[in-house]
Amino acid sequence: MTPAWSQLANLGAALAFILALKALSSPKTARLGNRIGAVGAIAAVAIVFFSESNLKHLTLILVAVAIGTIVGFVAAKRVQMTQMPQMVALFNGVGGGAAMAVSSIEFLKSGTTDGFIALFATVFTVVIGSISFTGSIVTFLKLQELMTSRPVVLPFGRFITIGTAIATLVMSVYLMISPENWALWTLVGLSLVMGILFVLPVGGADVPIVISLLNAFTGLSVAASGYVLDNVLLLVAGTLVGASGTLLTQLMAKAMGRPLTSTLFGAFTARATTATTSAVDRPVKSAGPTDIAIMLAYASKVIIVPGYGLAVAQAQQSLRELVDLLISKGVEVEYAIHPVAGRMPGHMNVLLAEADVPYEQLKEMDEINSEFASATVAVVVGANDVVNPAARTDKTSPIFGMPILNADQAEQVVFMKRSMRPGFAGVENELLFNDKTTLLFGDAKDSLSKVVSAVKSM
Amino acid sequence: MSIEIAFLTIFILSIFVGFEVVSKVSTILHTPLMSGANAIHGVILVGAIIVTGHADNNLELVLGLFAIVLATINMVGGFVVTDRMLELFKSKKSNKVGEKK
Repeated sequence: MTPAWSQLANLGAALAFILALKALSSPKTARLGNRIGAVGAIAAVAIVFFSESNLKHLTLILVAVAIGTIVGFVAAKRVQMTQMPQMVALFNGVGGGAAMAVSSIEFLKSGTTDGFIALFATVFTVVIGSISFTGSIVTFLKLQELMTSRPVVLPFGRFITIGTAIATLVMSVYLMISPENWALWTLVGLSLVMGILFVLPVGGADVPIVISLLNAFTGLSVAASGYVLDNVLLLVAGTLVGASGTLLTQLMAKAMGRPLTSTLFGAFTARATTATTSAVDRPVKSAGPTDIAIMLAYASKVIIVPGYGLAVAQAQQSLRELVDLLISKGVEVEYAIHPVAGRMPGHMNVLLAEADVPYEQLKEMDEINSEFASATVAVVVGANDVVNPAARTDKTSPIFGMPILNADQAEQVVFMKRSMRPGFAGVENELLFNDKTTLLFGDAKDSLSKVVSAVKSM
Repeated sequence: MSIEIAFLTIFILSIFVGFEVVSKVSTILHTPLMSGANAIHGVILVGAIIVTGHADNNLELVLGLFAIVLATINMVGGFVVTDRMLELFKSKKSNKVGEKK
């Protein structure tokens, strides 16, 4: 039993985590909240060195902590804001991996003498932690575009997935009845494969939801490892993250209009989304920067729809320059922010904040959707899926049901795109072929600065 | 009260607290909140240190050190990246105040 003072200190850390989550839910206190959480976590780690009697391998432990600190710190400082979602996925995955390893070691030490509940908690941590580990890595690869972001469907994928799921379940039960080391390693292997199979068929648009879900998974596996280790702090912290993460996943799914079940069980029901390449040859109307400049400068109201392509091209500054210029010419300009613009809910707000775009110009979807009808021009910069009318009308489309920005209701629509390549979800956008749509091909930053100088010379 | 029941009680109460604290979060904070919660489960580091400190053979030791490195990356990286995100929100807010003055 750990000393009473350390149990009280752990209670303090648990309270810090609760306060941290609470404060993170409000813009005013969010940063403070994150820091409270960090202080709680650091305190909890410091406590364990004093409260646990006769810890061996102290030097090696400290070296391992130092390595992890350096890697985590440098990675978090270096990552560009555009790549942040995959960074969060990766951090989450390594946490799941750690929980899995911790419970495995505890099993190796005392598995055969553990009671049924402890074995159940071990199995739970191992399975969920492993799924979170490999699942997050696949998510990372998808977002980093090291592999395709479209749903990957293996031949007989459904049977392989169901087969692996059954094998995992059987092995879990076996391990609880007959705790042997080989059974543990088999279960680890099966669960690692399960994580990959779970995420592979998830399409681009659903990836943020999966990150959030895996985050909740890791939380739960940490909670279960708390039971295995008789550690109340791990139980509380893990459960808090598991519960809040589950709710957050639901909120996100709702914001994107994606039924959670279709995301979750995509692995079991998935069919390949057939990309319609035939449409590429269809005629589109494209124009030069000067034409666009004239169109914008003489408009009475312009709504900008920024997307991930804008962020990738690092064109936030050029966009702000154009908007400032138009406003000085008396044009009314606003930004329409889709809840999942960028790669995750709230991501675009972070990216535009980086470019010092005034907060008042940013309008959320519900606020601005009715205004498109009165807009002269809707300018879509590096976005695609969030203005795709197929989400409203085409029941067979993978993005059907997702709330979209009504850019198609504006008098005219301008798309700034690199190419005719479909968006993240891999679906063709009918709006591109509409009569009132004009395309300006090229790198977003390049196009925007050309339009800026064209407006200036008018 | 047996230890199992005590743990179950804490578990269930924590679920309710977890739901309650994030129930009113605005959409723009979804990403930082997820990232902050992600950092919090990095406290698995505490567990990793405990099991590694009691490792009896090389397999347990290597696995434990591996877990420590992973857990520390999760914790440190998670808090730092969340802070970077929220820093942007803060500078935006101070601009807003500055303009109004």
